[in-house]
Amino acid sequence: MGEYLDLVREYNVLGAFWVNIQLAFWSALLALVLGSVLALFRISPIPTLRWAGTAYVTVFRNMPLTIIMVFMVLGAWGQLSVTLSSDFDMNFFRLAVLALAVYHAAFVCEAIRSGVNTVPLGQAEAARAIGLPFLASARLIILPQAFRGAVAPLGNVLIALIKNTTVAAAASVATETSSVMRTMIEFNSSWIIAIFFTFAVGYVILVTPVGLASTFLSQRLAVRR
Amino acid sequence: MDHGEATTTTENAATASHLGPPLVELVDVNKHFGELHVLRDINLTVRKGEVLVVIGPSGSGKSTLCRAINRLEPIDSGTIRIDGQPMPEEGRELARLRADVGMVFQSFNLFAHKTVLDNVTLGPRKVRGVGKAEAEKEAMALLDRVGVKNQAHKLPAQLSGGQQQRVAIARSLAMHPKVMLFDEPTSALDPEMINEVLDAMVALAREGMTMVVVTHEMGFARKAADRVVFMSDGQIVEQATPEEFFTNPSSDRAKDFLSKILTH
Repeated sequence: MGEYLDLVREYNVLGAFWVNIQLAFWSALLALVLGSVLALFRISPIPTLRWAGTAYVTVFRNMPLTIIMVFMVLGAWGQLSVTLSSDFDMNFFRLAVLALAVYHAAFVCEAIRSGVNTVPLGQAEAARAIGLPFLASARLIILPQAFRGAVAPLGNVLIALIKNTTVAAAASVATETSSVMRTMIEFNSSWIIAIFFTFAVGYVILVTPVGLASTFLSQRLAVRR
Repeated sequence: MDHGEATTTTENAATASHLGPPLVELVDVNKHFGELHVLRDINLTVRKGEVLVVIGPSGSGKSTLCRAINRLEPIDSGTIRIDGQPMPEEGRELARLRADVGMVFQSFNLFAHKTVLDNVTLGPRKVRGVGKAEAEKEAMALLDRVGVKNQAHKLPAQLSGGQQQRVAIARSLAMHPKVMLFDEPTSALDPEMINEVLDAMVALAREGMTMVVVTHEMGFARKAADRVVFMSDGQIVEQATPEEFFTNPSSDRAKDFLSKILTH
């Protein structure tokens, strides 16, 4: 047991989880902003914007995350010299955040749109009838209710996002959990089962509260009609 | 031809002394829902201070007519003018004109996530740029006027249907509209709540508000209307003063309709 704990300490397993939490935090924030803008595009009265929103969702929802991640490193950074930080590791971290964000924004958009569908048409009509233009009625009337109706699907997107942060390994973020797990197993193969369960259980502990919170909040915040 | 007769009675009704200049004008308005021709060559003028009641069987286009006036339903052809200005197609201009046209819906449509008070102050604050304190002061006065002042800090879902509809009337009034549209305002209400809403509407009519009311409430039409417009199959079939319309309808379709609803 002592040997196992030494191993966990030596490879800084907690630090590895912290890297994934940071990846999840920043990409969730970015995905939420980008996804909200996309949702606005998709419900806007302007056909060009609706088309752009639909095109984005179609492309990124149907593309594997690993491919976007690899493109960020080999394409965006390797070929196009997109640099997000002068620090080598920070650059890869930010590229990974960007990949996670653009990918999950498509799902956030669809979750918000499902929330928009919970808002009766009459709400938008009443907003228009008192003279609110599109953006104001979206901001003040539609989206606040849509977010509250979209808590559960947004929670699901967040759960997927947290687990998908391990794909950052494909963007050379070597300090995150799946990379650390691989290295640990490589050099301590006799502990393979214990190492595997450490990470598996770690994620269950990390993600479970998100599911519980989203269920609780979706009931708590539901708009009573 | 009952069409010719309808025109004469219109002019009689419209020249009544307390009525002002034309406020809402519909000229040759047509609208289709796919194959269905829901508004056929509608020509209608509502004068300032006039209370116009639109009645007719379901599917006659009366709700569509009401919703077309503030362009919640776009029309295929024709012109709609509010206070001399043609209704713009889209954008800020349309929003500005809509602010002058109050609308009360069948299903109330209060903003479900906002308190009663916020429902009433939202328009003045965000559209007219009125300050918070001033907007709230006026909102409370309006809520008092429709008898729901003590509900100001509740959410719409905590109110009865009749109370919600009265809040909706206050919300419209807060914008100081030139004209108010009522799209079957009592059709979704339990019977015991209909009168409290109708009373608020009658009071408005007495104060000289210009109103277009789509309703099945014949009592309201008799009590408050200057003119009754009877629609059927997307057309204005007949229009007259309520007295004339209810006692001596000239068209067969109106006679048929009235015989069906007035038998009880």
